[in-house]
Amino acid sequence: MIVTAHFPVLVIVISMLSAFTILIAGRWNKKTCLPISIATISVQLFMAFFILNQVFTRGTIHYRLGGWAPPWGIEYVIDAFNAYVLVIVLFICLLTAIYAKRSIEREQPHRIVPFYVVFQLLITGLCGITVTGDIFNLYVFLEIASLAAYALIAVAGGRALKASYNYVIMGSIGACFYLLGAGFLYAVTGSLNMADLSHLLPPLYESKVVQAAFVFFVVGLSIKMALFPLHIWQPDAYTYAPSVVTVIIAAAMSKVSIYAFIRVFFSVFTTDFIRIYVPIATAISWIAAIAIIVGSVIAIMQSNLKRMLAYSSVSQVGYIVLGVGLYSTQWGLHGALIHILNHAITKGCLFIVAGAIIYRCGLWNIRDFEGLGKKMPYTCAAFTLAALSMIGIPPSVGFITKLCLLAASLEATEYVFVAVILASTLLNLVYFWRVIERMYFVRGEGEEENEIKMGEAPVSMVLPALILASLCIIVGILWLAGAKTPLLPVVDQAVNALLGTGVVAAP
Amino acid sequence: MMEWLIAEIFAKYNYWVSIVLMLIGFYAMIAKGNLIKKVIGLNIFQTAIFLFFISLADIRGGTEPIVSEEIIHMGYVYVNPLPHVLILTAIVVAVATTAVALALVIRMYEEYGTIEEEEIIEKEREMGL
Amino acid sequence: MMEESIVYSYRPLLAILCPATAAILILLSSKRPNVRESWTIIAGILQFALVASMIPTILNEGVIKCTFFPTMFEGIAFGFKVDAFGLIFALTASFLWILVSFYSIGYMRSLKEHAQTRYYFCFAIAIFGAIGVALSANLLSMFIFFEILTVSTYPLVIHDQSKEAISAGRKYFAYLLTAGVFLLFAIMMTYYLTGTTDFTNGGIKALAELGPAYKLTMVILFFCFLLGFMKAAWMPFHSWLPTAMIAPTPVSALLHAVAVVKAGVFGIVRIVCYIYGVDLMTSLGLGLALACIAGFTMIVANLFAIAQDNLKKRLAYSTINQLSYIILGAGLLTTEGIRGAMIHIPFHGFMKITLFLCAGAIMVATGKKNISEMGGVGKTMPVTMLAFTITAFGMCGIPPACGFISKWFLCQGALQAGEIVFLFVLLIASFLDVVYFFPIIHTAFFKKPEGVAEEVEVRVKEAPLFMLVPLSITAIFSVIFFLDFILGLNIISMYFYKLVEIAVGNVVP
Repeated sequence: MIVTAHFPVLVIVISMLSAFTILIAGRWNKKTCLPISIATISVQLFMAFFILNQVFTRGTIHYRLGGWAPPWGIEYVIDAFNAYVLVIVLFICLLTAIYAKRSIEREQPHRIVPFYVVFQLLITGLCGITVTGDIFNLYVFLEIASLAAYALIAVAGGRALKASYNYVIMGSIGACFYLLGAGFLYAVTGSLNMADLSHLLPPLYESKVVQAAFVFFVVGLSIKMALFPLHIWQPDAYTYAPSVVTVIIAAAMSKVSIYAFIRVFFSVFTTDFIRIYVPIATAISWIAAIAIIVGSVIAIMQSNLKRMLAYSSVSQVGYIVLGVGLYSTQWGLHGALIHILNHAITKGCLFIVAGAIIYRCGLWNIRDFEGLGKKMPYTCAAFTLAALSMIGIPPSVGFITKLCLLAASLEATEYVFVAVILASTLLNLVYFWRVIERMYFVRGEGEEENEIKMGEAPVSMVLPALILASLCIIVGILWLAGAKTPLLPVVDQAVNALLGTGVVAAP
Repeated sequence: MMEWLIAEIFAKYNYWVSIVLMLIGFYAMIAKGNLIKKVIGLNIFQTAIFLFFISLADIRGGTEPIVSEEIIHMGYVYVNPLPHVLILTAIVVAVATTAVALALVIRMYEEYGTIEEEEIIEKEREMGL
Repeated sequence: MMEESIVYSYRPLLAILCPATAAILILLSSKRPNVRESWTIIAGILQFALVASMIPTILNEGVIKCTFFPTMFEGIAFGFKVDAFGLIFALTASFLWILVSFYSIGYMRSLKEHAQTRYYFCFAIAIFGAIGVALSANLLSMFIFFEILTVSTYPLVIHDQSKEAISAGRKYFAYLLTAGVFLLFAIMMTYYLTGTTDFTNGGIKALAELGPAYKLTMVILFFCFLLGFMKAAWMPFHSWLPTAMIAPTPVSALLHAVAVVKAGVFGIVRIVCYIYGVDLMTSLGLGLALACIAGFTMIVANLFAIAQDNLKKRLAYSTINQLSYIILGAGLLTTEGIRGAMIHIPFHGFMKITLFLCAGAIMVATGKKNISEMGGVGKTMPVTMLAFTITAFGMCGIPPACGFISKWFLCQGALQAGEIVFLFVLLIASFLDVVYFFPIIHTAFFKKPEGVAEEVEVRVKEAPLFMLVPLSITAIFSVIFFLDFILGLNIISMYFYKLVEIAVGNVVP
């Protein structure tokens, strides 16, 4: 019982300790890195599930770091939303770690030890962002995660260096904006605790300082989560990073940035503030709608698979933000939170497949994918399932997102958003079907069908892809089944907490 | 009007200084083609925010926040220590960011033989892709 | 409308699981063709038995329900509800699947087609979708199966994998998934307006009670539904269907004469009778609009058909025409009209599948695809051409095939509605049917094969038995349906008349 009470902090600490352990053990033997990493993430995942269960049954967890009472000490607050994101992130990390084994051996054989060290630090940062209830602490973890990500992207060398450098500059601007916002809030309230702030701020809502702080937060975090038009660092970073790194930053890290965005939006500030003082919801919805369309259209023009997926991510972030913008409807915020899981699964799977194709065949140009369906049947099957989910074919997860957002837009009587969501279905179809058509149906010139021999990627790479691909369907059905499964109630609870008095109710 | 403006600027000069510094840094980050200059711009930008935080904490005539018998008895005011603590952490972050950015610049110099952004783009184009 | 007795049963679920399980087993036994194909046949027979076992309950004025789970949206449950109308479609599709499975074996093996496992797998999934559409309890469940049907038929359409096939596949997807987008919008809008999407006898009450302020909304919504059911190939959104004829013949036969297109018209009838309801349709004047679209399609499609030389393409245009008979029947909004529409779904299914199977048999036996080359085929393939002739007569509305009956009902429906114009449209369309079917028969029986010297001994050279038997069975059934109209035995015509009777009773007060 005593140990379980400390899970909120242990989930971060063991990750950091394992980073150093890997560093030391790796000097002795390179082969120990992977088992240590996987073991750590498994333990973290177990803790995350435990926390989720506890939050779900007993309500929000408040953990005072070092026993210092808030608002002086740092407080870790975990409600349904944190726990939900934590589980998603750690699950993706676990699959990525398994996937990393062969991928990193091939792509970066000399940097195996540093890779795992930084990888664990990245996970530390991601977990930290999700559990903390303090806006400055969130900044620190955001930077830990970002620094790790800069390093991991740059590992690939060549063009990745430039991509990483741009990410450093953009990311730091984002983080500085965030820090400035935090400074403004501190200047007027003298507090940095989210719960405390949500109580202290309402009388100050008319203050220009508070409103400026809000704008700084929104812009800073929008850069971090690559919301159009602040996404310019993202396509290069996703494209040139090593395959594993792309998976984790696309599937897990972007989700955590979005988590921070939603958290600041609704828990530090409240719906009252957004409705009355800074009516930003409409603007944000429109930006999101443009992001959905523009991201998809640019994705259609790409010939590099990873780059295409990167632009697809731009449009998918738009989905989530659209849901946030429509928070006042019954399904808006639901759609956003549901899509966090959906997109993590789907995009994770797609990037894993992209990496597996590079690993086995060295192909990244969609034009060269002829006959891949025969050569790598399982990988391509995973890709097809995930692509169908992206397009939104029922009963996959993408379909559920579409339903929620449609319901929300109809309730808000915003028919433009309805049209955008529906049009994006067709745009997604265009760029994903191009790939599938190449993989399965287009015949290469002068090659006979029987000549193509099966050459599947190693199990450790195909398995994560298949797990995620099947989850695309299973989770879709679970969402659809609604209240009968534990998934939707968690989101319900999270949404209620976010839209209520501010998640982090005072102890 | 003018007087009011001047009074405003002088009364809150610490904020204005950090705003000016911030804009200088921002300009350098966006407009400079030299990768190192960009990093310097980033540093100026970050430092401006640090100064802003620190000046928040200051109280005119405040002493250092070491609470002793004497201070309590004499009724001295002391400056708020919390921003200092925060900025200490933020400086660490900033240093780490700078380190990563400089490391990247070094690697890019090895790769392309230049640290001018335009030349790098040129070289990339020459290499194909 | 009388009280329905609701029976809760898992039979609809089991019926749907048959093809789904078969699909997985087919994938697993891809290396052994005999095992693989026997899975298809076993699943087909099992499914038909399950569907048929639901007939008695329905005949007792009952409804079989199987709610799987309530969905995240309040008021929408994912589940199945079998009523008389759904059962008609399910019976047709599942029975014809058995026959087409046999036919596929003959066809695919004779032509030594590639990627046979993919073919059988997708076929099973498509049937899964079609039966799901038939048995769904509400629009959302139906939509899910609808999209599964669209996606699973894509690999079948482009089976050939030639450039032409791939561009045909693109067209197919572009049309049908755009339709899906409209349908999804319409469904969510219906849900938003009424809070339910259940198929209700006589229409959803909440929709009818919305009042005159929503009149325009409801009209727009109806056209969104109509666009959503582009699968019904009404003009001008029909051109995917002739293009899709590049698929192997069994696919064209089952999917593009029965499962896919019928799912479209099935959906339209569902919307007309079970979402809007006859009264609301009448008051909004939508029935007339629908009938006009159908009438236009019937005439124009037939004119297109006359111009085609490729047999399958001509049959495709004939399908477009015949589907509009069904839409017209629904649009007339009279008892006899709806009766004609409902009965035409299975009858057209049986007849059109025979025609397609014959076309496939001719292709396998002689390699000919165009009508102009088919001189003398009647002599070399007498059984096939006999079946073709009977069902072609049926298409034109001439006994002894069952096409006569549905046209009879439709004409009565037009009279009942007092729309003499549509009676003429029906008659003109039937006349045009004659214009393009009789030349085929004439060429086959009375013309000499091209480039063959005089008086060569004519040898009978039929397609393999695997193909010949199914097409004979469907042709015989087309005649049986007609006979049973007179005999009234019901059992030999799968109770179609009784089921339609009940369905019409449910829909029209």
